[in-house]
Amino acid sequence: MNSRFTWFNATSLTLGFVFLYLPILLLVIFSFNESRLVTVWAGFSTKWYVELFQDEAFLDAALVTLRVALLSATVATILGTLAAVVMIRAGRFRGRTLFSGMIYAPLVMPEVITGLSLLLLFVAIGIDRGFWTITIAHITFSMCYAAVVVSSRMVTFDTSLEEAATDLGCTPFQSFIKVTLPIMAPAIVSAWLLAFTLSLDDLVIASFTSGPGATTLPMKIYSQVRLGVTPQINALSTILISVVTLGVLTASFLTRRAETKRKADELLAGS
Amino acid sequence: MDRKSGRFLLIGIPYLWLGLLFLVPFFIVLKISLSDIAVAIPPYTPTFDLGAGWSGFIQFLSGLDFENYIWLIEDDLYINSYLSSLKIAFFSTLFALLVGYPIAYAMAKAPSEWRPTLLMLIILPFWTSFLIRVYAWIGILKPEGFLNQFLMMLGIIDEPLQIINTDTAVYIGIVYSYLPFMVLPLYSALEKLDGALLEAAEDLGCTAIQAFWKVTFPLSMPGIVAGCFLVFIPAIGEFVIPDLLGGSDTIMIGKTLWADFFSNRDWPLASAVAVVLLLLLIVPIVLFQRQQERAQEAEK
Repeated sequence: MNSRFTWFNATSLTLGFVFLYLPILLLVIFSFNESRLVTVWAGFSTKWYVELFQDEAFLDAALVTLRVALLSATVATILGTLAAVVMIRAGRFRGRTLFSGMIYAPLVMPEVITGLSLLLLFVAIGIDRGFWTITIAHITFSMCYAAVVVSSRMVTFDTSLEEAATDLGCTPFQSFIKVTLPIMAPAIVSAWLLAFTLSLDDLVIASFTSGPGATTLPMKIYSQVRLGVTPQINALSTILISVVTLGVLTASFLTRRAETKRKADELLAGS
Repeated sequence: MDRKSGRFLLIGIPYLWLGLLFLVPFFIVLKISLSDIAVAIPPYTPTFDLGAGWSGFIQFLSGLDFENYIWLIEDDLYINSYLSSLKIAFFSTLFALLVGYPIAYAMAKAPSEWRPTLLMLIILPFWTSFLIRVYAWIGILKPEGFLNQFLMMLGIIDEPLQIINTDTAVYIGIVYSYLPFMVLPLYSALEKLDGALLEAAEDLGCTAIQAFWKVTFPLSMPGIVAGCFLVFIPAIGEFVIPDLLGGSDTIMIGKTLWADFFSNRDWPLASAVAVVLLLLLIVPIVLFQRQQERAQEAEK
């Protein structure tokens, strides 16, 4: 679509982005507030950060969260990529509708249902709840997101490249590893990042599936927030926001560079 | 490894994972929802013991009651929770559409070299923790918060408005949190729109506003439908937003289920609540899945 960009468009964009970013900006600014009050400015200070890094409970929760997120994102990306290959390439097979249903349904399933049902499963088979149950739960819902991200890139994939590789003597498996995977790499990286942040953020499913001894950062934040707004939470939020923003921007920069390089290569090959 | 068994493994692994960890748990929820609460670990009576074989099954059937479901109908709290969740989800979706459409429209009309950046700016908040974004609004909406300070400074109000712990705060929270889900499908529908169609409409005598309603709006319908599903379905079962921003009289089914499970420790009743919620969502979820598959077919 292309026509004049009007003042109305400019206003909606500006207001929209103010709405989206102002709350986050205020949160970050007030994490550096001297006062315990988070809404009245009393001067610059980093004491809440210092306090945060001395809090054992927070550091423990951060470690648990990081381990769950790293492990679950990695497994979810592998399973999600497999699922994407199945959805795009496997053609018709028995139970295909059920399969795609199981991929799309978790995306919109209320978290309380996913959490409750997984917990009841873990209780039914008698697994001790803790680190592993949270990780398995996170793999299950984030692999669906990973599958959607990878499959949306895979639909536009040119299969003649793979055919060329097979003609040149690759087995289907080799051509998948040597041709398909490198081209799919940016999508797989985004899928991993998405799975990682989903796990990092999740409160509801982790609350249901965790047991004594495994408290994640969102669970810790939630129990603190219920008691009231504190600058320490602002400081922690600021750290989390910075980490995620940095990660996403780096990934998007890398993807764009790969995209530009690919286009340049195509031009060279065509000339 | 020959091709056929490779294919079997490829389909089998993700299939098995989702089957065991997504599908089977629903049957367990269904089963627990038919059992009774008990002071035990886990806190419910065993209803149906597979080990007891046929006689166990007969015993299960004879002892079967729908007590928990009858309770859901008899106690006003549950019916009110479902109805109020539907109402809040419906209006939040509508507000998100009203806020999101102008943004998506402006993005689609922006110069093409801006678009990747604009898209990034819309997606970025979605990557930031949901909990943190909801938390940020507490500081804005509370009586001594930024919004009230700002309005009093301007002299618009003399006394702080009570926004936090009301339904209004819940609407703001849902619209804010789910806005990217609304804007992205709208944008991808609007971006594909052929500008020549609008020129043709204007050449044929439409004003810009008429052209919008007769050409742009109908053609963006797939985006509107996808965006509304993506906001409406998760909003119904939302827990964090009504819990942190809503008041004690804001009842939503996610909150009720949470309280039954964690505070009252009534797992069978919480399961029955989940089963009914799922039945309520099955129609929109199936419609959403159809729509996604059609969209993917169209991509090909």
